[in-house]
Amino acid sequence: MSVKLTEEMLTALPDARGHFGAFGGRFVSETLMDSLMTLEREYLRLKKDPEFQATFDKDLADYVGRPSPLYFAERLTRETGGAQIWLKREDLNHTGAHKVNNTIGQALLASFLGKKRIIAETGAGQHGVATATVCARLGLECHVFMGAEDVQRQSLNVYRMKLLGAKVHAVESGSRTLKDAMNDAMRDWVTNVDDTFYIIGTVAGPHPYPLLVRDFQSVIGRETRSQSLEKTGKLPDALVACVGGGSNAIGMFYPFLTDESVQLYGVEAGGLGIETGQHAAPLCAGRPGVLHGNRTYLMEDEDGQIAGTHSVSAGLDYPGVGPEHSWLKDIGRANYVSVTDDEALQAFRMLTLVEGIMPALETAHAVAYAVKLAATMDKDQMVVINISGRGDKDIHTIAQLDGIEL
Amino acid sequence: MSRIEGVLQTLKGQGRKALIPFITAGDPHPDETVGLMHTMVDAGVDIIELGVPFSDPMADGPVIQLACERALKHGTSIRRVLAIVSEFRKTNNATPVVLMGYLNPIEAMGYEAFADAAVEAGVDGILTVDLPPEEADQIAPLFAQRGLDPIFLLAPTTTDDRIRAIADHSSGYVYYVSFNGVTGAAKINVDEVAAKVDHIHKLTALPVGVGFGIRDAETAAAVGRVSDGVIVGSVLVDTIARNQTDIDALKRALTDLLNPMREALDSLAS
Repeated sequence: MSVKLTEEMLTALPDARGHFGAFGGRFVSETLMDSLMTLEREYLRLKKDPEFQATFDKDLADYVGRPSPLYFAERLTRETGGAQIWLKREDLNHTGAHKVNNTIGQALLASFLGKKRIIAETGAGQHGVATATVCARLGLECHVFMGAEDVQRQSLNVYRMKLLGAKVHAVESGSRTLKDAMNDAMRDWVTNVDDTFYIIGTVAGPHPYPLLVRDFQSVIGRETRSQSLEKTGKLPDALVACVGGGSNAIGMFYPFLTDESVQLYGVEAGGLGIETGQHAAPLCAGRPGVLHGNRTYLMEDEDGQIAGTHSVSAGLDYPGVGPEHSWLKDIGRANYVSVTDDEALQAFRMLTLVEGIMPALETAHAVAYAVKLAATMDKDQMVVINISGRGDKDIHTIAQLDGIEL
Repeated sequence: MSRIEGVLQTLKGQGRKALIPFITAGDPHPDETVGLMHTMVDAGVDIIELGVPFSDPMADGPVIQLACERALKHGTSIRRVLAIVSEFRKTNNATPVVLMGYLNPIEAMGYEAFADAAVEAGVDGILTVDLPPEEADQIAPLFAQRGLDPIFLLAPTTTDDRIRAIADHSSGYVYYVSFNGVTGAAKINVDEVAAKVDHIHKLTALPVGVGFGIRDAETAAAVGRVSDGVIVGSVLVDTIARNQTDIDALKRALTDLLNPMREALDSLAS
């Protein structure tokens, strides 16, 4: 059942406690509460501050290279034989992914708050690189927490972060992936809360993070909206984005939430197949619970222990998801689907060969679903895929699957 | 009056301080936890905090993380922890038991089912690390109706307004986290703790227990001097880790750790 959303409903969310309906909130140990409340207060003030917004917009233009193009994928459209497929080229941003939109914003917040030490978690390394990049630019000390398994499968990004002056902490606890990196980042934060700003990379975590990350990433959807009107004279019929924590998807979806005609598709990591249990698709196959400071859909066992996840893509290999997505799922405004590792790998090859655009493996999940979707739609309809990141970082993984030693 | 209030009031009347050990239930094995609880009672502890294992203990350092992993490996679910408390209650009806853990296992079980089962098992208090009072509006009334004491944390970063508000939501005692950090770190500054606890005492009539960083008789006495009780966790859990294959040796080691703490605290008695 779908609810018609209005501007009034949206501006009321999240509520004063950071809730999106039953989701979100602030579930952290007491030590962090004061910091989170200060951050919320300062952010709500700066959100209305013309100087802060002007600085943010200028950095997005001159440093990130925005606006990113909205590109008509003519050959992919022809090959698919359905709706027009357009690509929102976040992969062309400085550092190669949408992540930098958010790190620019949060680093700016850190500067306004006078914090000199930055910490971040990362899965695929894109958020870590984007954080290390803005820290290099602003002269801030940077510590990135990364699961030891991800350190191995994303070694190129690890080295990029080191070149940018960041210290990369390989996290050996738990499943040694993104969730464990987030655990250790929270542990560092609670220890160094006085001088440290935690730049969370996705729309999850305790309030106000889901709010501010969504606000910083919404530039994606705002641009897509105006570019679409400018280039085609109408709004897209469907938007497709991959969902790990869900920051690129929420950034794309948010400015379209009140446009009822626009269908929204979030694509989760189906791993080896939902039926195998080896996946990272909490919205498709999980249930609500509390992890990393917010209530949201989670992958967990019947006793509430967080379940292991699997995805070929490190950036989607996370058992939770942003609380606003959980809300959008429950009210029926967005559709959440999954594609398998194999489908994503095929889509990676397809986009590379047909359009000369090599997407990140995370992004390839969105491509895989969008192609299936477009094939079922009319030729005068329009699908936009958020190309959230470029695939250079994944070349080692692809080569390995091909049995090639680079 | 709850069992926790009763114990703390008696101690206060005697001019004594509470010794509150924390161990993770199910570590090294769920079959051993009841025995370890009795051992600690014999060593003179007043209240037991029993950790409910969680896969992602974000507020804990490596020692308690590993304890959670050991306990979960042997299937120590929240229901199993409740069964452990029931078993303990068969022979001990005096020592309060506080369950300490994270919210998600309670969410998964269901608030009402958990509250019912906790009372049934003989649990006295609930401390949920990642549940500030702001998010406890649904579960708190369920605890209150059943006489379970909700115990909340206070931290060095907690403002006066919050101290008052948190105390309003608490019963039994409040748990002051002695430093910004995770469990098991060694950075306690006794003078700072003394000043803050003194201040907390001005804002609430509830007893104040202090945890994090208490490792031996000396730190226990120093913190006991300024608070109503000391909570000792990681050093005990570390002892469990080092003696997990020999339970008799483990019980002796726990006793050897707790006895001097008890003596040091009682030497403060006025």
